[in-house]
Amino acid sequence: MTTLTDTVPANTALIDEARPADLPRQVLVENDRDFDWITNKICGIVEAKTPTWWWIAFTLSAFVSLFTVFGIIYLVSTGVGVWGLADPVNWGWAIVNFVFWIGIGHAGTLISAILCLLRQKWRTSINRAAEAMTVFAVVCAGIFPLIHVGRVWFAWWLFPIPNSNAIWPNFRSPLLWDVFAVSTYGTVSFLFWYVGMIPDLATIRDRAKTKIRKIAYGIFAMGWRGSNRHWRNYEMTYLLLAGLSTPLVLSVHTVVSFDFAVSLIPGWHTTIFPPYFVAGAIFSGFGMVLTLMLPLRSIYGLHDLITQYHIDCMCKILLATGTMVGYAYMMEFFIAWYGANEFEAFAFVNRAFGPYAWSYWIMISCNVIAPQFFWFKKIRQNPMIVWIVCIFVNIGMWFERFVITVTSLSRDFLPSSWGYYSPTIVDVFTYVGTFGIFMFLFLLFLRFLPLMPMGEIKAVMPQADPHHGKNHH
Amino acid sequence: MSTSSENNGETFALIAEFENPGAIMAAAEKVRDAGFKNWDVITPFPVHGMDQAMGLSRSKIPIVAFCGGVAGFTLGMSMVYYMNKVDYPLVVGGMPYFSPVFPFPVAYELTILFAAIGSIISMFLFNSLPMHHHPTLNYEQIEKASNDRYFIVIESSDPNFDETKTPDLLKDIGGSNIGKLKD
Repeated sequence: MTTLTDTVPANTALIDEARPADLPRQVLVENDRDFDWITNKICGIVEAKTPTWWWIAFTLSAFVSLFTVFGIIYLVSTGVGVWGLADPVNWGWAIVNFVFWIGIGHAGTLISAILCLLRQKWRTSINRAAEAMTVFAVVCAGIFPLIHVGRVWFAWWLFPIPNSNAIWPNFRSPLLWDVFAVSTYGTVSFLFWYVGMIPDLATIRDRAKTKIRKIAYGIFAMGWRGSNRHWRNYEMTYLLLAGLSTPLVLSVHTVVSFDFAVSLIPGWHTTIFPPYFVAGAIFSGFGMVLTLMLPLRSIYGLHDLITQYHIDCMCKILLATGTMVGYAYMMEFFIAWYGANEFEAFAFVNRAFGPYAWSYWIMISCNVIAPQFFWFKKIRQNPMIVWIVCIFVNIGMWFERFVITVTSLSRDFLPSSWGYYSPTIVDVFTYVGTFGIFMFLFLLFLRFLPLMPMGEIKAVMPQADPHHGKNHH
Repeated sequence: MSTSSENNGETFALIAEFENPGAIMAAAEKVRDAGFKNWDVITPFPVHGMDQAMGLSRSKIPIVAFCGGVAGFTLGMSMVYYMNKVDYPLVVGGMPYFSPVFPFPVAYELTILFAAIGSIISMFLFNSLPMHHHPTLNYEQIEKASNDRYFIVIESSDPNFDETKTPDLLKDIGGSNIGKLKD
């Protein structure tokens, strides 16, 4: 450290003095790769010949998505009786699937927005794929409430559009808040994803060998040329979008939880729902991010970009949010007892020991117990085990929504109206097909769009620092 | 000299290549200090601190985003007021026709939606994008600019621009591969 001189203002010297020691930072790109390597690696995925596995997966997912298509056709042409819904359970798999898919989306926004604001640089190599996942998950989620309205041709009545009955929607209903929350979420997530992609699309355009390719990518790259005068506005927009998406992502699942919490059904009418739903959504979303990214990492050899450090970080988030969800399960039980409301108390005892106890214990083992393995470094370092745990997380989070939706409805206040809900084959087909739709869209994304934000990865590498290599302390 | 100077047409600008972020940063500071106005730096990613090095002010986009947010919130609240109180008063459980509480989620979401759309639209407007015909895009080494090289472009429309002195300046500040961009 140089001594104070008259030329150095006293305050900067003081800052230098107070600056904490530089701890060794985790490298985000391993093996000392340079910028050119990153460009070639990520553009290479899009530019290379279509791999055979891609065609197989694509055909398979296109086939699976037909299940949803036929499920919907059968539903619309026959009537809602084809689902397993019957009094008292009139919210079945459709609502469960809606909440499941919308929850999955949350990790994408969390990675791109909240981790951006928190300056978590490791987000850069996974945020693009996670955002794509968000957009496609919202697509899958949106299908269910739309067909759940019964007469789908009137679904547009959900929006405040003048209709021939001259009636407006009832804005007191949380279901209508949902319409606004989910459509805003879908729109902003899509725009965030697209804006983030513009510089990378420009890179692919500049590298394009054929005319068609140049025009196709050129149109979507908007004529981006990497000008710093543009970057200035671009970075500000990106930061604003991150700042706006943060309250958005927290509000979306809050509003989804209001669908339940604003009602009077025992087991739903609780104030813990919003934070509990948001934690669960992030939990399930990270489960899905890892489910997708771990295979991609080995298929495309992205080990230098998605490092062990990245996997570690995600596992720790899973551990934290999984534990929060476990805490919420416990707290629900505690409040049901402490609140001294016999219906509420019954609803929870019924969840754990009633006719749906099997689903409750699947939920507990997948969501609370499974992520506890991530306390151990050995387990976090084994991608295969991490992947398997993530599959459990995906299953567990579906069951969480099933438990909440179905157990409360099937046994509410009057024992005379109790019932037992089972889905029909149409329910199952429609749900399974959404995985096909999701994979179909994700595979298209892999094939045609940059999987990782090249610009952002480069910007967080040490070489990007203008003072890199100089001893400026 | 690059080969791009062979074609006919007016010189739009001079372009010079730099090796790394440190070099382009130092060079940009010198171009700024030389008093140029119509010039630009082309980088594959946003270089931290380049706005100061170029002497650029803070982006105005937050103002638009704020206005968008206010517009969204106002629209949300007034829409619910008009629809549920004025145009078709809807009785639901004996509750008031309008209260600022129940439309809040709707107004909240519209605040975010309008602020986000406002900031994106203003980003395109302020950047004059989409623009597919900019001379920089015709530069035959543009591929490097979105990969791992950094460029300074000084436009001939700048009052300080000089056919002979400006290339020397670019060379002096460490630029290589100096070429001309045609209109």
